[in-house]
Amino acid sequence: MLEVGGILSWIHEALSSACPEWLTLLIEYVLIGVGFLALYALIALILILLERKICAYYQCRLGPMRAGFWGLLQPLADMFKILMKEIIPLLKNDKFLFFTALFLVIMGSLCTFGALEFSKDLIGIDFNVGVFYVLAVSSLGVLGILLAGWSSNNKYTMIGAMRAGAQLVSYELSSGLSLLAIVILGGTMQLSGLIEAQSELWFLFQSPFTWIAMVIYLIAGHAETNRGPFDLPEAESELTAGYHIEYSGITFGLFYVGEYVNMFTIAGIGTMVFLGGWQPLHIPGADAFNEIMNMIPTWLWFFAKAFALVMLSLWVRWSFPRLRIDQLLHLEWKILMPISLLNMLLMALWVAYF
Amino acid sequence: MGSSEIFVVVMITSVVMVLGAIIIGWLIAPKSTNAQKGEPYECGIPTRGTSWLQFKPGYYLFALLFLMFDVETVLLFPWATITKTLGPNGILAILFFLLILVLGLAYAWKKGALEWK
Repeated sequence: MLEVGGILSWIHEALSSACPEWLTLLIEYVLIGVGFLALYALIALILILLERKICAYYQCRLGPMRAGFWGLLQPLADMFKILMKEIIPLLKNDKFLFFTALFLVIMGSLCTFGALEFSKDLIGIDFNVGVFYVLAVSSLGVLGILLAGWSSNNKYTMIGAMRAGAQLVSYELSSGLSLLAIVILGGTMQLSGLIEAQSELWFLFQSPFTWIAMVIYLIAGHAETNRGPFDLPEAESELTAGYHIEYSGITFGLFYVGEYVNMFTIAGIGTMVFLGGWQPLHIPGADAFNEIMNMIPTWLWFFAKAFALVMLSLWVRWSFPRLRIDQLLHLEWKILMPISLLNMLLMALWVAYF
Repeated sequence: MGSSEIFVVVMITSVVMVLGAIIIGWLIAPKSTNAQKGEPYECGIPTRGTSWLQFKPGYYLFALLFLMFDVETVLLFPWATITKTLGPNGILAILFFLLILVLGLAYAWKKGALEWK
């Protein structure tokens, strides 16, 4: 079995037998940081390639084909190109806030990313208030976007940031309420505990109301990543690029990467709370089937489910026209929000009586 | 190793990542300046005045509404973790709270705060 947890404990044993305690801790911290960074960058590169290829196929094109075989090296080429672009020194912006915004966006993105359980026992940040933590740090990104738009001293960025603020905070409510429904069903806020509770059956099959919660979560999550029909904050035909017009070179690249990894993080959280995270597909009673499913490595289960949700997000993005801001707010406050409140109450009744 | 420590490590990692990327970009990218380049990019038209001015209040209204409902959601989370053990009585108790929450939404709806004006 190709499990990662064993390798980690092996590294820990080897380090603590060779080094004093403080050095072991230090090396482990650095390893954790480097590991997260590498995974973060890898996922961003994969998603950028995926987006370009899928977008091309939806439009009957081939997409990038020149860099490497079948365009596989295209995201690397993009990365080096964007690193070599000039970071234009602006004259009229608020420089301190301008760069603080970048840190906030990446911090929100990476901290949420750190709460994913990639495989059995491989979870970085696992607080006992995990769901709460995810909701809290993911809103750092909103702050970053608002600051970015305001500090640029540009009308387009200002409009983009204001739209992003209204949109992101509104949709955060629905996603929070649908996660709340799952907390009611699972009986814990710890993300690893929620996954443990799905070892027999995924939450999706434990209650009919999980389906409603999942649909609402996916819509709200899609809106939180500023994509698809909800890309008002960066509507390129109205606002040129929205809140990150003034960012150039790698500073723009970081915004771009943060947004793509956010998409994966939303899909990953959705996987963990609705589709059982790394838990294999189990059918109660069918032991032979369950045994076969258990032979697939857990990290493969997680990434397969998460990327399936990412594909869904891409499909939606390239299929629907952009909403207007009044339609966007109408959808959230008058449709999703009452439904998710009602769904939460129904879930509580279900849990109490079944 | 506790989650809090990993959280701090991840936060430091994010800062290091951004700083490192900016420094690398600054080192290997070409640099040139002129007066036109530092202007805000507004599709080639010269900017008129500052952008730090009074703005449409509609956006803030939704932010205020969000604040109200978000705090209420925060208060619901502790209840949600123990719904299973509380059973029907727990739901009865939280119904009053939910009623206030729904009344708030209904009031905002009736007042037209949810319309985009």
